[in-house]
Amino acid sequence: MGQVIVITSGKGGVGKTTTTANIGTGLALLKHRKVVMIDADIGLRNLDVVMGLENRIVYDLVDVVQGVCRLKQALIRDKRFENLYLLPAAQTKDKNAVSPEQMKNLCEQLREDFDYVLVDCPAGIEQGFKNAIAGADKAIIVTTPEVSAVRDADRVIGLLEAEGLNEPQLIINRIRPDMVKRGDMMDIDDIIDILAIDLLGVIPEDERIVISTNRGEPAVADENSKAGQAYRNIARRLEGENIPIMSLDVEPTLMERIKMLFGLRSRR
Amino acid sequence: MMDFLRLFGREDVSSKDIAKERLRLILVHDRANVSPQFLEMIKSQIINIISDYVDIEEEGLEVKLTRMKKGEEITVPALVANIPIKRIKHVARV
Repeated sequence: MGQVIVITSGKGGVGKTTTTANIGTGLALLKHRKVVMIDADIGLRNLDVVMGLENRIVYDLVDVVQGVCRLKQALIRDKRFENLYLLPAAQTKDKNAVSPEQMKNLCEQLREDFDYVLVDCPAGIEQGFKNAIAGADKAIIVTTPEVSAVRDADRVIGLLEAEGLNEPQLIINRIRPDMVKRGDMMDIDDIIDILAIDLLGVIPEDERIVISTNRGEPAVADENSKAGQAYRNIARRLEGENIPIMSLDVEPTLMERIKMLFGLRSRR
Repeated sequence: MMDFLRLFGREDVSSKDIAKERLRLILVHDRANVSPQFLEMIKSQIINIISDYVDIEEEGLEVKLTRMKKGEEITVPALVANIPIKRIKHVARV
């Protein structure tokens, strides 16, 4: 019996889909786990595009739920990564086409065959959110170091707890170490302190994420990507490995070197 | 000399600290789930009770949810009422 994990955030655009794609790929690639990723964002599907699988869609989530096809027919096998599958969302249907009860049944069926069922939750806290969390036994919350994103994360934590999804874990995405160092971006500790939940990982802002999304290849498979490294670490942590949070030190700038030379500011 | 130091040092509050403080206050409200109507209700009841004893400036009355330090490290949500008094009424006290 596999576990069902929902990736959620409240706020849109913080990196839920990228996170789902990278964790899913990471677990399949590094740990040879059998993974299925469900795109629960009906009407605005994107996980297929981030994964580069958009040309292979025949059936979707709504087709499965409505009995138009069998579950196995709708699953897209990723040929690049063994044991990795995608269940795409419907693009033309309404999110009310699926009920929480149906999502729950779907997750129950999938967990029979897979080690991990990852559900990519839509933004917001309405019907789509309720559907996405219905079958989950664990939640990962993605946020960025911004007031609005952390606020929404806090709201979602409350809603998850009300649904019995306790102890969600946090991923802080798009941290910019240079800005943190200048005091212009909230640090990991600040956010953890405010939200009071477990930290699963920290992803540095990384150009290579944009590049890999352009290509439809998850960054977790990119050896040169720092964000990819952070996602590899998260996949290992989910498997119970004890991996420390990646250090995000930046090289001192020229100005800081001069300051250090004069003893005006010590190196942190 | 001061200008020289200012050039090298950081004097103003960092924007991260501003973000943190704003966020904390926002979350006090979000978590308490207090609506403006709820605060208005409290306000009108306070006016009702207090005006038996004192004349208050109703327009100046302010009831807000905020954070308050309780000890060194702990901060708790607090309901703060600011009530400007015009005059104490000397009603018969029991």
